[in-house]
Amino acid sequence: MLGPFVGVLFDGFAYGMLLFLLSVGLSVTLGMMNFVNLAHCAFAMLGGYVTVTLMRDFHWPFFATLPLAFLSAAATAIVFERILYRRLYRASDLDQVLLTIGIAFISVAVAAYLYGTVQQPVEIPTYLRGSWTLFGVNFGIYRVFLVVMALVIGLALVLMLEFTRFGATIRAAVDNQRMARGLGIDVDRSFAVTFALGSGLAGLGGAMAIEIVGLDPAFAFHYLVYVLIVVSVGGLGSIGGSFAAASLIGISDVAGKYYVPELGAFLIYLVMLALLMWRPAGLFGKR
Amino acid sequence: MTPASPAFAPQAYLQAQTRWHAIELVFWLSCLLPFVLFPNYLVLASQIAITALFALSLDLILGYAGIVSLGHAAFFGLGAYSAGLLAKHGWGEPLSGLVLGALVAAFVGYVSSFVIARFRHLTLIMITLGFGLLLHELANKAHWLTGGADGLQGVRMWPLLGTFTFDLWGYTAYAYSLLVLFAVFLVTRRLINSPFGLSLRGIRENPVRMPAIGAPSAAHIRKIYTLSAAIAGIAGALLAQTTETVSLETLSFQRSADVLVILVLGGAGRLYGGFVGAIIFMVARDRFSGVTPQYWYFGIGVLLIAVVMFLPNGILGGLARLAASWRSKAT
Repeated sequence: MLGPFVGVLFDGFAYGMLLFLLSVGLSVTLGMMNFVNLAHCAFAMLGGYVTVTLMRDFHWPFFATLPLAFLSAAATAIVFERILYRRLYRASDLDQVLLTIGIAFISVAVAAYLYGTVQQPVEIPTYLRGSWTLFGVNFGIYRVFLVVMALVIGLALVLMLEFTRFGATIRAAVDNQRMARGLGIDVDRSFAVTFALGSGLAGLGGAMAIEIVGLDPAFAFHYLVYVLIVVSVGGLGSIGGSFAAASLIGISDVAGKYYVPELGAFLIYLVMLALLMWRPAGLFGKR
Repeated sequence: MTPASPAFAPQAYLQAQTRWHAIELVFWLSCLLPFVLFPNYLVLASQIAITALFALSLDLILGYAGIVSLGHAAFFGLGAYSAGLLAKHGWGEPLSGLVLGALVAAFVGYVSSFVIARFRHLTLIMITLGFGLLLHELANKAHWLTGGADGLQGVRMWPLLGTFTFDLWGYTAYAYSLLVLFAVFLVTRRLINSPFGLSLRGIRENPVRMPAIGAPSAAHIRKIYTLSAAIAGIAGALLAQTTETVSLETLSFQRSADVLVILVLGGAGRLYGGFVGAIIFMVARDRFSGVTPQYWYFGIGVLLIAVVMFLPNGILGGLARLAASWRSKAT
């Protein structure tokens, strides 16, 4: 009786952690920098395709591809930031939405051109396959790995932003540009680095997500909704908030699909609307 | 007292805005050209008219009141399904179908406007997006009512006004869509050039300051949102009636995004912006997507970036700026 329930709870939590890995970068770019970045999942998709290509064509091991997924997404992001994004930091929401939807459209077309519209398979190492059984409940090893990665990355990010000089520079640049400039901080550089960090995290999340959710050109839009929900429900600029929202949404999605399959994704949208109406700034939002 | 300058005579200003320009007459008359010049493309022409109507409805809230919506297809789909279901269940009279589509969309729009008026920025974007997705999922799951992903089949329309049957070549469809578009446009034009329309533009510029001069922002937003929903519902109902089917796509995020692109491309906050955008977008899609459907969005993406970077007020805004600089050089 309790077994399936714990199993659903764990799968939901693991799915939530997957969403957290995908969205933690957005809580940096959208949450801290206040840029409505609808191209976030395009960067995640880029990371995914880098991993797939390196593993399939160059036979790299899965773990070796992860840093490259991060770096390639971050490097691409810096180029875009320098050319396009930085001109729109002070623009209206609408302009930011349009620019980033445009980038996402282009990424979908480019991915379809290079890889076709089929699902890309990924061969994860054998030691990450299978599952452990504990008290009659199955724990997929890859899902445990996702949970661990989410915890490690979330914690590392919080520590970096809160307790290092680098993090303090970023927070100063984002919170009050003029003051930060006055203190001699290179604000342009901080913004570029922050943006690269957020997009790099997206690429990393995308690479780790393929095993669970697959990878095709529609990825850039399909998961965009979920990551936007996580960040806006969690509260802008709060990484802990994103973590909580991702767990909540992951669990309610999996539990909803398990117990009331006829509702489908309906439940998620309902939960989101209710939460946003109750707390427009998100669960842990300050602004 | 001598006549004040235009800036200080509000009524004279509004009347000047309401006057018909020659170019507007040319535009509407040229809408009749497809009957003579491209009789093979009347179906496409009616789709363009419907899209233009949908873009006009978004313009009311986005261009004039400054409400960014990523879920406007919700009202389009509501209108389409209302009209489609009415016709499917034995009442195929087109005009009453339009009225029903408008009423259903307006009702839902009115109820949701209470939420819309309270929020701005990202929260507003997320709420409109979530609401659109919610309705899409609802229609997908309510297979018994809507036919789910297969779409609503078996819509049979009666002849328009009892005389004009909906033919295969789209003569009736285009004439019908164009007339409805023109009628709604007249109402919208009157509304935008009224004091109410002016206060909407004030809300777009500064929603906090408007109540101070006696224009209640929230109440105005509720009114215009309801009206915009009704017009989107009419556009959806038109599509359902002229194509005699309703697909799930009428509610999709894609449609919300497309109409946003169309409006911004043409020029938001201008009555003809959506029309220009719809003509360019739909004709281009008809030309290009036949060759390479999945690469069509590459062009749209490039176009969007170009518009945001170089043409902040769309094509019409760019033309207006060009005309202004030309005029100032001439004098």
